[in-house]
Amino acid sequence: MKALPVGDDALLVEVSSGEEAQALHAELVRRRAEGSLSVREIVPAARTVLLDGLADPARLADELTASEVPPAPPRAREVIELPVRYDGPDLADVAAHWGVTPEEVARIHAGTEFTVAFCGFAPGFGYLTGLPARYDVPRRATPRTTVPAGSVALAGPYTGVYPRSSPGGWQLIGTTDAVLWDHARVPAALLSPGTRVRFVGAT
Amino acid sequence: MTDRALFVVRAGALTTVQDRGRPGHAHLGVPRSGALDGPAADLANRLVGNRPGAALLETTLNGCAVRPRSTVTVAVTGAPCRITVDGRPAAWGAPVRVPAGALLAVGTAISGLRSYVAVSGGIAVEPVLGSRSTDLLSGLGPVPLTDGAVLPLGTPTPLHTRVDAAPQPAPPAELVLRVTLGPRADWFTPEAVRAFTSRAFQVSSASNRIGLRTEGPALERAFEGELPSEGMVLGAVQVPPDGRPVVFLADHPTTGGYPVIGVVRTPDLAAAAQAVPGIPVRFVEVRRRQLS
Repeated sequence: MKALPVGDDALLVEVSSGEEAQALHAELVRRRAEGSLSVREIVPAARTVLLDGLADPARLADELTASEVPPAPPRAREVIELPVRYDGPDLADVAAHWGVTPEEVARIHAGTEFTVAFCGFAPGFGYLTGLPARYDVPRRATPRTTVPAGSVALAGPYTGVYPRSSPGGWQLIGTTDAVLWDHARVPAALLSPGTRVRFVGAT
Repeated sequence: MTDRALFVVRAGALTTVQDRGRPGHAHLGVPRSGALDGPAADLANRLVGNRPGAALLETTLNGCAVRPRSTVTVAVTGAPCRITVDGRPAAWGAPVRVPAGALLAVGTAISGLRSYVAVSGGIAVEPVLGSRSTDLLSGLGPVPLTDGAVLPLGTPTPLHTRVDAAPQPAPPAELVLRVTLGPRADWFTPEAVRAFTSRAFQVSSASNRIGLRTEGPALERAFEGELPSEGMVLGAVQVPPDGRPVVFLADHPTTGGYPVIGVVRTPDLAAAAQAVPGIPVRFVEVRRRQLS
């Protein structure tokens, strides 16, 4: 593990894969819960975990640099099921990329168990991993000015669901009626880092 | 309807409700938000006897005008400006009594950019994730003020200590921001890093609550390639493909894919909030604070 100082009171901990970042994130969240780590924000991302609001980042950096990436945590949490209609305007393009039919895209996608690797872009927008690397797809060459809320989309190795209407460049393969973000609900975000997700195709 | 309310007569260019924001939710993609000039906001609240962190108004450039339905104490801090109550001049940076139904007019900033208007009792809009701040990146919190809007006010708590006046720093004529280098300074050529900490930039008119944008020398990358998205901190200086540094302010995105060449010290961001487009900006490298 590499721990890069960020300003005076933050650390960016860098690991070599998304799986390692998820494992490190789970371990740091566990340490904060048990009281052995005092930090304001723990922000996982693609290959890093940001720790912001540390009293003594240099000491933690020394400790993390000298230790191994923790093993992946047990997958004990429940699976959130998101109903989806595979009716997105880019379904045919994705099928062409994958070299399968649109029906097979739906079958493969709904047959995969995903994990929320991290959130970003908008409140409640999760970057879900789980598809094998051969199903990576590029972003659209020209982003759409408006992507409807509930759009299920692919980009790179990730699946995401747009919590609200916004511009976006991901490939749209389907639609869900699930409410990803509702600030009046507790918790406001349906998906948070570490959440397991399954898409259930509606017929 | 309760008379503890504020009627918005003139919303101004961009007036938002702000408090100390909603830190602690970055892992869900929720920006911290909150008043950009924190010390000015804190002072305004102290002047009217509010608890620290009570919600107040943050104006941009040309102030605002409001009519309280009950008698209140207000204080305006941050960017200096002309203040009137029913047309009569009133003090900036001091408690001012505004009778029920009178018009409080907060004028155009004489220098600086953002004035803070605290009202006794605080702005009592419904909090979202523990904060009443408007977040312009993700749309959380109340919408920016509009002409004719009515904002509920809280009940004043007379227990808090009150000050009558306090010194405030003048808005900067030149913005000097102390930075520590990294975490991605190695993505830039040594010449670009030198240019970053030695050349003069200007505040761009495209700046907003998300980031202070700059114009000036373009910082050249040492190599091509894409950085996988990573967590971003307040004050991070991100360099997009055009090479012009952007200093992340309160409404900044929680993750980003452009390399961060350095991080501005948090206390310096208050001055950044008052930096008018066109003024020079310099980034001065400082050593990282070491505890251990």
